[in-house]
Amino acid sequence: MEWNTMLSYDWGAMMPEFIILGTAMILSILDLFWPKHFNRRKLAWLALTGIILACLSLISLLSFETVSILSDTFRLDSFAKAFKLLLLFGAGLIILLAEGYEPQEGLREHRGEFYYLFLTALLGAMVMSSSGDLITLFVGLELLSLSSYILVGMRKHDRKSNEASMKYVINGGISTAITLFGMSYLYGVTGSVNLGEMSRTMAAMTDGQLQYIMGLAFFMVFVGLSFKIAAAPFHMWAPDIYEGAPTPVVAFLSVISKIAGFVIILRIFLSLFLTASGDTFGALDFLEKNNIYIASLAGLTIIIGNVVALRQHNLKRLFAYSSIAHAGYLLVAVATLGGGYFLIDTVWFYLMAYVLMNIGAFAVIQLLASQSGSEDISILAGLGRKSPFLAIGFTVFILSLAGIPGTTGFIGKLNIFLGTFITEPGHFVLAGIMIAGTVVSYVYYFGILVQVFFRPIHSEKVIKIRSGLSAVLIICVIGTILFGVAPNIALDFIHDQFGEFTDFISSK
Amino acid sequence: MNVHLLSLLVFSPLLGIVMVALMPKKEERTIKQFGFFGTLPPLFLSFFLCSQYYSGVALSLFDIKLNWIRFGNLEMYDPKLFTVDFELGLDGLSLIFILLTTIISSLAAIASIYIKQGWKGYYLLFLILEIGMLGVFTAENLILFFIFFEMTLIPAFFLIGRWGFLEREKASYSFLIYNGIGSAVLLVAILVLFARTGTTNIAALTQIMTMGGVSLFAPISGSMKFGLCLAFLVAFAIKLPVFPFHSWMVRVHAEAPPSIVMIHAGVLLKIGAYGMIRFGMGIFPEQYKSLAFTVVLFGVLSFLYGAFLALVQTDFKLVLAYSSISHMGIVMMGLGALNEAGIQGAIFQVISHGLIAALLFFLVAVLYERTGTTMLPKLGGLAKSMPIFSGFMLACGLASLGLPGMSGFISEFMVFLGLFKSQPLLAAIGVIGLVLTAVYILRAVMLMTFGKNDRLVEKEKRDLRGWELVPATVLLGLIISVGVYPNLLGGPLQGTIKAMMLALGGR
Repeated sequence: MEWNTMLSYDWGAMMPEFIILGTAMILSILDLFWPKHFNRRKLAWLALTGIILACLSLISLLSFETVSILSDTFRLDSFAKAFKLLLLFGAGLIILLAEGYEPQEGLREHRGEFYYLFLTALLGAMVMSSSGDLITLFVGLELLSLSSYILVGMRKHDRKSNEASMKYVINGGISTAITLFGMSYLYGVTGSVNLGEMSRTMAAMTDGQLQYIMGLAFFMVFVGLSFKIAAAPFHMWAPDIYEGAPTPVVAFLSVISKIAGFVIILRIFLSLFLTASGDTFGALDFLEKNNIYIASLAGLTIIIGNVVALRQHNLKRLFAYSSIAHAGYLLVAVATLGGGYFLIDTVWFYLMAYVLMNIGAFAVIQLLASQSGSEDISILAGLGRKSPFLAIGFTVFILSLAGIPGTTGFIGKLNIFLGTFITEPGHFVLAGIMIAGTVVSYVYYFGILVQVFFRPIHSEKVIKIRSGLSAVLIICVIGTILFGVAPNIALDFIHDQFGEFTDFISSK
Repeated sequence: MNVHLLSLLVFSPLLGIVMVALMPKKEERTIKQFGFFGTLPPLFLSFFLCSQYYSGVALSLFDIKLNWIRFGNLEMYDPKLFTVDFELGLDGLSLIFILLTTIISSLAAIASIYIKQGWKGYYLLFLILEIGMLGVFTAENLILFFIFFEMTLIPAFFLIGRWGFLEREKASYSFLIYNGIGSAVLLVAILVLFARTGTTNIAALTQIMTMGGVSLFAPISGSMKFGLCLAFLVAFAIKLPVFPFHSWMVRVHAEAPPSIVMIHAGVLLKIGAYGMIRFGMGIFPEQYKSLAFTVVLFGVLSFLYGAFLALVQTDFKLVLAYSSISHMGIVMMGLGALNEAGIQGAIFQVISHGLIAALLFFLVAVLYERTGTTMLPKLGGLAKSMPIFSGFMLACGLASLGLPGMSGFISEFMVFLGLFKSQPLLAAIGVIGLVLTAVYILRAVMLMTFGKNDRLVEKEKRDLRGWELVPATVLLGLIISVGVYPNLLGGPLQGTIKAMMLALGGR
């Protein structure tokens, strides 16, 4: 590539990524040369600064038209902007969580690695959200996955952590291989890796043979990505890994990794399969024809997630299943495609709600688990009497996860339901499963609250909250309630800024 | 100032919440006083509204409407599409329910004096519960209604589970699960309506459902309307509760603290009836008509079932619980009668039972405080040591069994009047229940007030005294005044019932 061509690109579009990359490099160098006795905890603030700067540069880019650089492999469209905002916001909160992490053993000596691996994972997720072709998409995915494999095994003297890391590498490797296998079919059929070009080719394709192969490709890609978002029946890895990994990493997996999973699913599905023809006459859209598979997986995920969560006593395992169930709700939104009106903004809003309530809940869990050295649900006992404010905050997150009105989680679910009912025929079965799952989830969510408020105090130890952690709690509580009572702030923002995501949907 | 009067009314308990929240945990006396004072602003505001109504001011003057949420991005079609406004409004029906709520809340706050620990949390939840109840009866759209509806659910769950009797956690769980299922069904119905019509405003929906309207996306077919109507009815039948869905309510009555049962039996159950009238009957008159027989059938079933089981209970709280189921059966019977007398009777029964149940559970609270038990075999001869208490108990029992001159009589009379006109057979079967009611109530009251008094656990037995007389007298006074001068309620209801009858075909 010519030097002049390189210079002609609008590199400003990649500013947030450059900032994150730069911060990660600075952190790794600092970690290398800082004396041993220096506390690595301070790196958190540096990482946070990087994330905030990236966030600011992204905000300054919001008003830009769609930019496409590096021969259309990197696109900064409304979709990318919206999800990058979410990723950076969630990442900032998790860094604060990690700053306040005080484990019984482990993370202290590896603190440095944690921060820059975290940033590279974030970088991978960001690249994914603005990738314009399969290769960048895959590179982003691998960057995210590889970083998170190491993050999971961070506590290297802990057997559970090692086991978790091993399981994650193997499972993740398999899922990546399957995804890549599916992608290779797509490349074979269309002869291109550029998403726009591919979708044009696929829309025009009415050959039955090729469509058969396309179906296979869709199936493979979907199965591979279901691993990433921990949708049943490919969810088995999640509980073990949630149990083994350090809490900030768990929060990262359940939030950032999940957002990234949905980003890649939406990217591939909406830009490739939405308009691809589904039969030999080109009358039916591919996704319309095949969304029954997504729908069944969504239903299965909701049922398995919620039902198995009923029997969990380990808090982290419980939240693993709860996060599986939430992946199911999100898949419902993907499956229903509500006439295009209730899809991307629905997923975006739900993910935002999920960031707030899940990170908040993990903040409390991390605090209590690290102080009592246990992760059993009984560590919550008597929290209501011991620390009323913490208990009320936690209650807000749990109510939001359960989808009780007045919280962001409720509005998120409402949006998804609207999408399921708006079409004719409506997805009534799917909605029914979702609502049944929600009622079942009341049992375990309120079981948590029973521990908090009804049970006698577990230990008299005074709870100390680090300032970073309390910042996370305050932000999450305010966000969860604010966007639950006045969701218009977020909904109007996304509609005003990104419209209908038209530049993304019609990019082909 | 009229404009914000309703939101002021609904959120006025917040004042009490702030006051209670600022108090240190240990200040029992002050917290209890503040908790009670917190229920006064809504009480006075509701009296003010009522006086405005009686002096001839149109209630629609108080409606408010603020832009709130806009879903999707469809304003290019119609800016009102998929919007949910914050809108509160009043009509005669909701005015009466509001009054019932504020009066019973204040009295229950007095009765909460018996709460032994955790006063701060108790009163905070109590006042949140009141906001929820007030909101439910003033909400002008379904989403807002649902939000307030759920807002009553969560505090009630904690109030039952934390301050109740021995098996309180089981009771609060079954409360949560049953009501959770009920609200899930309700939510689905609401959202189907919302998704298909683009609005949740009750008036707009009534118009669209009865006269037809344009739909942007997918239409609502006749069978779907039927299903939606059924969903509304089932959701509210769980709340009411009607016979096959009643088990949670028995547990709650038996295990929750009596002051909360006053609220629960007095107001929360009534949301079910309110919802049936507003949404079942109001939005889907055609479909509701075809379901009327089923409604009456289940009404008769609960009426008899509740009465029979009340007959054999040995715990006074359970007698009252089954009697509540039985009395809610009467409401269903009236609602299914499809004529003016029936519906009016049903609403009267709702109010009357609200007052009677609140009084009875207040007396239970007193009784438990004095004797430490509510088991009938252990009680007896209370008339000798607690004459005033026994007098109230007897009067209340008589009201409950429908003695003329008390509110219960008016409602039962009108319900049967209406029902004999439209469903004579079921009405005839239902009448058996009236006899049973008399038997079980008199049996329970007689066992307690008369009979041998040596069975009683020896404990100091103080009669009703001082402030305890306030709730009892107020409630009994209301019961008698409604019984003697039913037009007190009849007046405000006139307009609502007229409109209902018009929609139902004016039979």
